[in-house]
Amino acid sequence: MPAPESFRRGLRLGTPFAVAGLLLSASFGVLAVQTGLSAWQAVTMSAVVHAGSAQFAILSVLASGGGFLPAVAAAGLMNARFLAMGMALAPSVPGRPLSRAVQAQGMVDPSWVLADRHDGTFDRWLMFGATLPQYVTFVTGTALGAFGGDLLGDTDRFGFDAVFPTFFLALLIVELRRPESRWVAVVGGAVALALVPFAPPGVPILAAAVTALVGLAPSRVAR
Amino acid sequence: MNLWVLIGVVAVLTVVLRALGPVVLGGRDLPSRFDGVIVLLAGPLLAALVVASALAEGRQLQVDSSTAGVAVGGVLLWRDVHVVVAVVVAAAVTAGLRAVGLP
Repeated sequence: MPAPESFRRGLRLGTPFAVAGLLLSASFGVLAVQTGLSAWQAVTMSAVVHAGSAQFAILSVLASGGGFLPAVAAAGLMNARFLAMGMALAPSVPGRPLSRAVQAQGMVDPSWVLADRHDGTFDRWLMFGATLPQYVTFVTGTALGAFGGDLLGDTDRFGFDAVFPTFFLALLIVELRRPESRWVAVVGGAVALALVPFAPPGVPILAAAVTALVGLAPSRVAR
Repeated sequence: MNLWVLIGVVAVLTVVLRALGPVVLGGRDLPSRFDGVIVLLAGPLLAALVVASALAEGRQLQVDSSTAGVAVGGVLLWRDVHVVVAVVVAAAVTAGLRAVGLP
């Protein structure tokens, strides 16, 4: 697919996730201010980090009285999956190293999944297109929550916390319908579930990603 | 603690984590046997993200109203209901259960 067409397709596919991201980031904005960040700090964090799960992990460390290093470590572990995702993305991102580094910043979970061509390559323009609206609503939602938190109150009341898991579930169900990836997904989920009580947040996700290494098994390569 | 410094450090760390793969490995093809890994990566990653976002609160496994909401959403998705409808229903079920006093 030509780049402009891929980009437009990405915009279209990314828009529902952008709507979900608006709700998620509004919840983040409210919670961040309750946790002691200023509204501008909350908005800045969303603008320069753009990784919801890591940002919530930071808040939970701060809320429980944790210090600087635990907060950084929590965010780092949560985002460590980007290492694996980035390695998968690498062959699909051309250009000089600096250009590749910049392009990699367009990687967020939903866009990475949507851009996956299921043949070992990714449609990078589709990924950029899908990330753009998500970035805009993520920063906007954070501002709404951070500056208007008093009006929103407790966002759990609206069931916002069910929004993102359901979106991830929608993407997962697509994977579960592909026979070749179904069982690895099930095993990965089980590994993550089993590790939650024993490992810091983020590690279960990383461990689940490692189960994809069964793809190295000769029988699979032969297919 | 200076929160601005925290934000800066986390931002740099996240930029590096995103960039590392494409910078170090990019611009050339990986050995073809890694294709098998890349093809499989999305499934377990998504399954883990669902588990972490729906069932985990820090290190605790937490079942609450949102778990029920997400489960209803999942059933709808499995029956090919549009994703936006499934998400709205999931949030509504969660909100409804909380309105009657469940956690």
